[in-house]
Amino acid sequence: MRIAGKGLVDRNTPVGFRFDGKDYTGFQGDTLASALLASGVRVFGRSFKYHRPRGVMTAGSEEPCALVTIGRGAAQVPNVRATVQEIHAALDARGQNAWPSVNVDLMAMNDLFSPFFSAGFYYKTFMWPRKFWESLYEPAIRRAAGLGALSRKHNEDHYEKAYAFCDLLVVGSGPAGLMAALAAGRAGADVILAEEDHVMGGRLLAEMQEVAGQPGADWAAGVLAELATMPNVRLMTRTSITGAYDGGTFGALERVGLHLARPPMDLPQECFWRIVAKRAILATGAHERPIAFPNNDRPGVMMAGAVRAYLNRFGVAPGQTVAVFGNNDDAHRTVRDLKAAGVKVSALIDVREEATAPDGATLHAGAQVVDTVGRKGLREVVIADRSGQITRIPCDCLAISGGWNPALHLACHMNGRPVWREEIAAFVPQPGMVPGLAVAGAANGTFSTQACLAEGLEAAKAALSELGRKAKAVDLPQAEDGAYRLRAFWEVRGGKHRAWLDFSNDVTTKDVRLAAQENYRSVEHMKRYTTQGMAPDQGKNSNVAALAVLADATGRGIPETGITTFRPPYVPISVAALGAGGQGAGFAPQRFTTSHQASVERGAPMVEAGLWYRPSYFPRPGDQSWLDACNREVGFVRDRVGVCDVSTLGKIDIQGADAGRFLDLVYTNTFSTLKPGRVRYGLMLREDGMVMDDGTTACLAEGHYLMTTTTAAAGQVMRHLDFVAQAHCPAWDVHMISATEQWAQFAVAGPLARELLNTLLEEPVDGDTVPFLGVAPVRVMGVAGRLFRISFSGELGYEIAVPARYGAALYRDLVARAENLGGGAYGMEALNVLRIEKGFITHAEIHGRVTAFDIGLQGMVSAKKDCIGKGASTRPGLSGPEREQMVGLKPVPGSKSIGAGAHLFDEGAEPVRVNDQGYVTSVCWSPTLNSHLGLGFLINGRARIGTRVRLVDHLRKTDVICEVVHPVFFDPEGGRARG
Amino acid sequence: MASLIEKSACDGLLPRVAGGTVLSELPAARVTSVAPFAGKTRALGAALKEMGLGWPKPGEAVGTEGASILWSGRDQAFLIGADPAPLSGLAALSDQGDGWARMQLKGPEAEAALARLVPLDLRLSEFGIGQVARSGLNHMMMLIARTSETGFDIMVFRSMAASAVHEIGTALDAVAARGRLTS
Repeated sequence: MRIAGKGLVDRNTPVGFRFDGKDYTGFQGDTLASALLASGVRVFGRSFKYHRPRGVMTAGSEEPCALVTIGRGAAQVPNVRATVQEIHAALDARGQNAWPSVNVDLMAMNDLFSPFFSAGFYYKTFMWPRKFWESLYEPAIRRAAGLGALSRKHNEDHYEKAYAFCDLLVVGSGPAGLMAALAAGRAGADVILAEEDHVMGGRLLAEMQEVAGQPGADWAAGVLAELATMPNVRLMTRTSITGAYDGGTFGALERVGLHLARPPMDLPQECFWRIVAKRAILATGAHERPIAFPNNDRPGVMMAGAVRAYLNRFGVAPGQTVAVFGNNDDAHRTVRDLKAAGVKVSALIDVREEATAPDGATLHAGAQVVDTVGRKGLREVVIADRSGQITRIPCDCLAISGGWNPALHLACHMNGRPVWREEIAAFVPQPGMVPGLAVAGAANGTFSTQACLAEGLEAAKAALSELGRKAKAVDLPQAEDGAYRLRAFWEVRGGKHRAWLDFSNDVTTKDVRLAAQENYRSVEHMKRYTTQGMAPDQGKNSNVAALAVLADATGRGIPETGITTFRPPYVPISVAALGAGGQGAGFAPQRFTTSHQASVERGAPMVEAGLWYRPSYFPRPGDQSWLDACNREVGFVRDRVGVCDVSTLGKIDIQGADAGRFLDLVYTNTFSTLKPGRVRYGLMLREDGMVMDDGTTACLAEGHYLMTTTTAAAGQVMRHLDFVAQAHCPAWDVHMISATEQWAQFAVAGPLARELLNTLLEEPVDGDTVPFLGVAPVRVMGVAGRLFRISFSGELGYEIAVPARYGAALYRDLVARAENLGGGAYGMEALNVLRIEKGFITHAEIHGRVTAFDIGLQGMVSAKKDCIGKGASTRPGLSGPEREQMVGLKPVPGSKSIGAGAHLFDEGAEPVRVNDQGYVTSVCWSPTLNSHLGLGFLINGRARIGTRVRLVDHLRKTDVICEVVHPVFFDPEGGRARG
Repeated sequence: MASLIEKSACDGLLPRVAGGTVLSELPAARVTSVAPFAGKTRALGAALKEMGLGWPKPGEAVGTEGASILWSGRDQAFLIGADPAPLSGLAALSDQGDGWARMQLKGPEAEAALARLVPLDLRLSEFGIGQVARSGLNHMMMLIARTSETGFDIMVFRSMAASAVHEIGTALDAVAARGRLTS
């Protein structure tokens, strides 16, 4: 019900929206909760476990009950707090955890069986048969319980993440926060003022009180207007600070487009900020706490502060007849505000016997609410006075106030522990819990507006002084300065009905007592046993009351009982915001070679190699499968000439007087003797003696080398070299830089390779000008390049490198020329076949657990010098017949295909783990040898060449007898490559 | 003999405009990494002085009309737009001009767009004109230099040009969309 002339919403701008399939109208400035309350809606959803009808409890981000689902299909967002969501014309919200609707929910029969659903019930009951838990009991229970559901579809909405930096972060824009921001802003500091509400002002918007002689909301508007003119102040509304982290870093979630019916194109829904602040002031206010009494969860039972917020800020009376129940003076303030607005107040129930009656309301001093009536909306409350006399009081709204808990969460995020303050019966932060963060106002347990203003100002002055800035004069305005008086009161005892503590997770006082009874006496154990504090509100409404009940049940005081750990996030954060930018291909950068477009145009499927994309094969019309293309491309290289982009291999330019010596240290074999114009194959070990990488290094000039790494390990090798240079030989004159991207490099391989190259080199080459394992500067079509005579295919092979800007052109030219010679481009599949036929290793073989001995390259570990990993590689167990050694595998004729990942067993042995003799790392169909081939590791494999093993692939269900052969299947003498 | 056609790193990708802010490819220039040989730091500094430049301090750039040298790492700098021949024998020199996509982001929203991608404090007061940093552009390694109050030069690996343009473009669009917000 709206009250004429009341509130800060824009009565001239009506806004339509939908809830549970019905159309409603509110005003600009309304939240979903305020607009629905104004329309008389009482049931917003159903509770977690018992499916009890639930309404609105609060007017802020701590709301435990009014959780709704917004949007449809992939964009569906569950558990949106109706107290936070602003209404707009496209808003389509639904209540949750109900079937068929929140008003008629058949699952509500759970409530009838509630005696069976207390804490720990499932674990005790569904014990047998044991295996039924995961398959039957748990899924069934989970279906019946819960809140909103995810769509299980990919969310295509746009989210964002961002970084911000400031001198002072002020969290919260109530009286303390505004004063702090004003003082710091005027002093010229870079200030961020973050407020999770869509309007700044905090409680000043919700209370009827004056600041500096004007209504509090007007004073706030004036301060905000001044702050808005300051270029050094950033005002961030709709922004919840979610966590405090090391180094003055804060997480923050900003709702950017969620309040808009037609957001501009490209506008993100939410933005997750990382804010780094030199100093921070926590002015987050406080949360009013409920009192546990029987049936205290009915729609219409609300926090008194929320009733005032709906009344004063939104102009909404949450009921026709309101009763107020409390233990402190805010209950009286609520009566005052309601009466002033013309709302009928049927009773004030104050647990304090000494309470005095406010004007025009019936006071029941020393009385307690012992029950409530009205399943889908409160109709009356039952109270008992000191003598036990029962009175029934009609009301459709009960405003409750059990006192206030400072919203100190962020101050505790680095594991600082708050302290108990008896006179306000609440935990308050201690100084220094988060370095650089000060707490001011209600968050600090300071409740009068005057004192909040003063604390905000003082906190800003202290921060400015620490920042080395001079504060400018700021007048402290006059405001209400009443004392906050309360009597700690947590729970109405003795009723036979359930009294809720955690409304969100359906945890009652009975559950907490049961936890204590079952010896879950630690507050952390109680929390996990009952799930109190584990719902979306993370216990903001229930923590202190629950531990008060636990303290009572265990005969301890509250400070001795302690409080559970506060952890980020302060409010729920959508994973979409945390992972913003990571949808689909945004997951990682894509690296494209200069030949990418040409490969794609030829229809090549591109495969990922690290971040790179490389062509798998080049299909042609008439191909039955990829294998036809692969076999054809292998044929190009073996019979004619093939072209392949090998730019993705890592290239590291190494220079300096000590460069040769440095290579000797990182490679197992010697490079300092390598002459300019020559290339050598090298093997590199990790510190632990395992093989790290292999590749070739060319000597371009005296003291100038170009190292080639595998594509996969390029980054790892660069990092390793940098580490070795800095940590092991910092005084050496050696410098390195990646040149991977500088050069486009293409393999030209096959019997006609030289013939092809000589059609485009300005000076033709022969076997003498660039011999096998040679390198020479060349000019190719007017461009300076490099020509390497190296081969990963076993054929006459070159690699030609030009600056990357010419890569696209040179690739197309090379492929066209190769095609004229009966060859063409070859892809990764063919490249793999060619190297397996030759027994060349890749990271399928050097996977991190093999030694040089295992791959048969122990001879490359020079005896004449030391190298990284050499000492470790001589440890016992890293060589010898017990090692799995690399061998070739050839299925006996007529066998089915074999697969990598298969395991090896002795012929006749049962193929089980204990009989395992090794495994297969690479396989291919060799069109050259007309056979399947495999590379693998076999215990004492080199000694077993010529014998047979059983290859079993338990996944693909193959079982093949293979001949163990030398891993070089083709041209073992290497005559073809040497040409 | 036919000649090879050059293709720049951002060929077909740029410019990209959002509001008054423009992401464009910088004109092709010679880029050489310079790493002083042992004992040659002073001589290298003198040679750079001759060229009107100087050895840059960490995080800084030294520039003249047309040429500049940017700190790029431990004992390493990138000489841009100048022939490195006078430095021969004084430093390890390596061609880098083809290895990088070099872009300029300029306009009133440049800083806001980069705040979506770069974890550094790029406020003018903290990252002034002539300052250089190695950092990340989202998941990409980047060298960034501030060239004016609203302008940044950005270098990422050539192969990542498309991803970088996509990332910066998306950030620019999102910032521009915020500019169109009325409530």
